[in-house]
Amino acid sequence: MPPVGPRSGDAIFANIERVNAELFTLTYGAIVRQLLTDLEEVEEVNKQLDQMGYNIGIRLIDEFLAKSNVSRCVDFKETAEVIAKVGFKMFLGVTASVTNWDADGTCCSIVLEDNPLVDFVELPDTCQGLYYCNILSGVVRGALEMVSMKTEISWIRDMLRGDDAFELQVKLLKQIPEEYPYKDDE
Amino acid sequence: MAAIYSLYIISKSGGLIYYNQLSPVSGCFGIELLQADTFDLNCFQSLTGTKFFVVSEPGTQHMEGLLKHIYELYTDYVLKNPFYEMEMPIRCELCDINLTQAVQKDRVALLAR
Repeated sequence: MPPVGPRSGDAIFANIERVNAELFTLTYGAIVRQLLTDLEEVEEVNKQLDQMGYNIGIRLIDEFLAKSNVSRCVDFKETAEVIAKVGFKMFLGVTASVTNWDADGTCCSIVLEDNPLVDFVELPDTCQGLYYCNILSGVVRGALEMVSMKTEISWIRDMLRGDDAFELQVKLLKQIPEEYPYKDDE
Repeated sequence: MAAIYSLYIISKSGGLIYYNQLSPVSGCFGIELLQADTFDLNCFQSLTGTKFFVVSEPGTQHMEGLLKHIYELYTDYVLKNPFYEMEMPIRCELCDINLTQAVQKDRVALLAR
């Protein structure tokens, strides 16, 4: 059987089972509202959203690899392109772009012009410090950690705070090769 | 003297407790196929490090396809189960059912030749 090449984000997205976009937006909104009620502090909610995203990302990565057939990326630049063009397309239905590379190629920005999580959303004055889409930063961080990359992810631009796009800065801290034996101290 | 490619030590409960890759071949990511007289051992390694091994009749075709299919079943029935704890033994009935079905389908296809 000849090896199958990597699939484009559009091709995968076209073949995947869909859900009503409004249901998705409403569900996410309900999660954020509940977290705000339970945790009260905006900073705590940001942290919890990131943690939830991380727990999603560590599982999502295998789904991504299985469906997209991408082979190992040669460098971090390729990784960022794959996340933006295939990953975001496959899971959110939007294509992101990669910009602002630093000199060593370890830090870049992923820019989203469109974001289904924030349809119909407006941040009230009481939630000014909230990163509403912080689950996304957790997802990317978790996913990359499972393929041996430790990253630091932060929001540079946020449309709910008045900017013209969503810009996520992704910084590669280090590549961590797998360690054997696993430490059983948790 | 023959070159040693890699060394695995596996505990009795199936946990990998030591692994060393000594392969002199560059770009080598690990075992893919082991052919013996009475069986074939096929292996698929995901980029996340999870390894899938299938022991089959010698010369069985399309094991690569089966392994990929098993990987997809793993991402569905194991990883998408929110009650499954990562890295722990898989005790998901849906997973058992679907994996068995996948392997049976393969057997039927083979017997039909």
